[in-house]
Amino acid sequence: MVDFELSADLASTRAQLHMLAEHAMRPIAREYDEREHEKPWDFINMMWQLSKGSSIGPSADKDKKEGHAPSGDSERNLRTVIAVEELSWGDAGLYLSIPGPGLGGAAVMAAGTPEQKARLLSRFRGDKPVWSAMAITEACAGSDSAAIQATAVRDGDHWVLNGEKIFCTSGLMAGDPKQSNGFIVVWATVDRSAGRAGIKSFIVDAGTPGMSISKLEDKLGIRVSDTATLVFEDCRIPLDNILGSPEIPKTSEGFKGVMATFDATRPIVAASALGVGRAAVDFVREELKKQGIPIRYGIATHRLAAIERDFMDMEAQLQAARLLTWRAAWMMDRGQRNNLEASMAKAKAGLVVTWVTQKAVEMLGPLGYSRQLLLEKWMRDAKINDIFEGTQQINMMIVARRILGYSSKELS
Amino acid sequence: MINFELDEEQQLIRDTVVSFARDEVRPHAREADEQGVIPASLVQKGWELGLVQSIIPEEYGGFGSRHSALTGAVVAEELAYGDLAIALHLLAPRVVAVPLVEFGSAQLKRGVLPRFCGDVFEPGAAAVMEPRMAFDAAAPLTTLTPDGDDYVVSGEKCYVPLGADSRHFLVLASLANGDGASPRAVLVERDTPGLTVGPRENNMGLKALATTGLTLNACKVPRDNVLGDEQSVGRLANLWRVALSAMAVGVARAASDYAREYAKERRAFGQAIGQKQAIAFMLAEMAIEVDAMRLLTWEAAWKLDRSEDATRESFLAKRYSADMTMKIADNALQVLGGHGYIRDHLVELFLRNARCFSIVEGLAVA
Repeated sequence: MVDFELSADLASTRAQLHMLAEHAMRPIAREYDEREHEKPWDFINMMWQLSKGSSIGPSADKDKKEGHAPSGDSERNLRTVIAVEELSWGDAGLYLSIPGPGLGGAAVMAAGTPEQKARLLSRFRGDKPVWSAMAITEACAGSDSAAIQATAVRDGDHWVLNGEKIFCTSGLMAGDPKQSNGFIVVWATVDRSAGRAGIKSFIVDAGTPGMSISKLEDKLGIRVSDTATLVFEDCRIPLDNILGSPEIPKTSEGFKGVMATFDATRPIVAASALGVGRAAVDFVREELKKQGIPIRYGIATHRLAAIERDFMDMEAQLQAARLLTWRAAWMMDRGQRNNLEASMAKAKAGLVVTWVTQKAVEMLGPLGYSRQLLLEKWMRDAKINDIFEGTQQINMMIVARRILGYSSKELS
Repeated sequence: MINFELDEEQQLIRDTVVSFARDEVRPHAREADEQGVIPASLVQKGWELGLVQSIIPEEYGGFGSRHSALTGAVVAEELAYGDLAIALHLLAPRVVAVPLVEFGSAQLKRGVLPRFCGDVFEPGAAAVMEPRMAFDAAAPLTTLTPDGDDYVVSGEKCYVPLGADSRHFLVLASLANGDGASPRAVLVERDTPGLTVGPRENNMGLKALATTGLTLNACKVPRDNVLGDEQSVGRLANLWRVALSAMAVGVARAASDYAREYAKERRAFGQAIGQKQAIAFMLAEMAIEVDAMRLLTWEAAWKLDRSEDATRESFLAKRYSADMTMKIADNALQVLGGHGYIRDHLVELFLRNARCFSIVEGLAVA
């Protein structure tokens, strides 16, 4: 039966995280935007303690950790998107900086053996914060992830990795042993001539000789979250650090398996987008109230002021993106394939919050453009959601292929 | 607990309406638009689906299902997917029946509802809109004035569907109270002295829907015919919005599906035009927006079914759907290019029909 009300359990998760976002994230949001490349260690340590001891937090294996959350959480993916929206309402960059399994952990959860899961995910139960990260993008391979050039060559009991990865979110925190005992999931090809089928993912522990961090990007937004360039020079890792089978499949099924990770992560990015967009909409709503400008739902269209129309469009667009996101997560909770719906949600949410935050800056006029308020920051932060984890255009392409029944060859 | 799945009964109803819209409604869409007539046999078949009778309590001859705005939205979308004008015709009796069920006195229900439970289609007519540029449903110029134990209704209406054949009109009028006025829904019977049905209107779209003007010249109605209070009209307006929003989803989906199938068949430069990004992206956007419109509509309907104030949700959903269906119909026509402009294809009809959503009010009820 159709229901749009969060379960009591999810509503309580949301309320807890909202408090946290308001009191622990908002107050330091501007400071760490200005102090790019500095890490908010107090916040990080607090989040680590919190996420270890309670059921809050978006970590992928949360319900396996301490047994606080109900085992077999039937709303795990919905809980995640609700949590991520709330944390991103606090601050999108700080949300991305929260230690935990993150994207690398999600890949391990999706494709790892029981031994790998036990070995790698146990790190997230220690006393000190740990990150993991996903290294896919290369200088010449962004959306076209099948074109990656990094190689993995088998040499006895090891894989030897060579290549360069850019735009690795939390690459510093996950890959530098001085920061954490983390790991990076690296995409590399075991056979360039095999194309997509030859692409595998590998676990590289922080501090593995041959892996180095050569650059930290200066960005438009989400500045507190590091974005690293990782260089692999004859980097040797144990044979069983490959995720999934080392065989090169005859079909493209293997690559599809790798890409399926995105079906899980795209609703999460969409949820983060929603959080930033809602921050802006909430702020504008309060400001209009202070100015005595009413939003009159239900009156005749010709009587609406331009500012009311704008605000209503912002609200409706944001809610449309939210419902698409919830639906994609809900489908995953029910074990349904959500490739189409995940891409719909991601494409819509990225586009919507980019527009919503820009509109909010415009509506606040001189205040919106000023760094005294967070609006201009939210506008900068929002834009990344239109790009990472599949650009808007890549997601539109996936939607188009699915509804038209085309392969990637037939529509590219 | 969040759930996007219709219950079994709703799925059953949807499946029935899907087949009817595909097999009976759509094949008549073009001819009905050209001729301005919906075949009586089709209307009767639609009546036999029980979409009106179902929500009328058994004591008045109906099937006694609980009235659900969400179920209403599902039905409205699917019928409008077949054809908007035919959908509005088939569902027109609900515009009278639903407010009667929700707000009517027992006596009024006893008198009127059995007429909507007969074997033959019983028309009903919404007399909501008025022929002026700045029409405002919150402040209609049609007046409702107390007169002893009765009320007097005066004013002029337009876009009254099935006005020529209806025995019952649901009239929106302003009741003066103190300094201001607030809207009320009033049931006016056809044989009321002072009621004159105008000639058939001729509109850009919805050409198969027989709408007329309506003049009410001091029509006297019993107090009992005033349905509920100002809050009732507020809820009714939200049910109107949800129904029209759902119908906008249906029209948008019809246009989107039509364009998608065309794009897979039509070849240019050695491949199907659907394989061109410029076309494929338009189709992808349509698919996303159809789902977005539906989810917003369902959320508003769900809130109405919980008897909560859903003014914000209904209003935003209808605004969103009205804008988006227009954009989708326009893009669908663009996908067909010159062929889209020709009446051999249905997309120009979808576009003309889609244009009504940001204009009409009260023509359907969820």
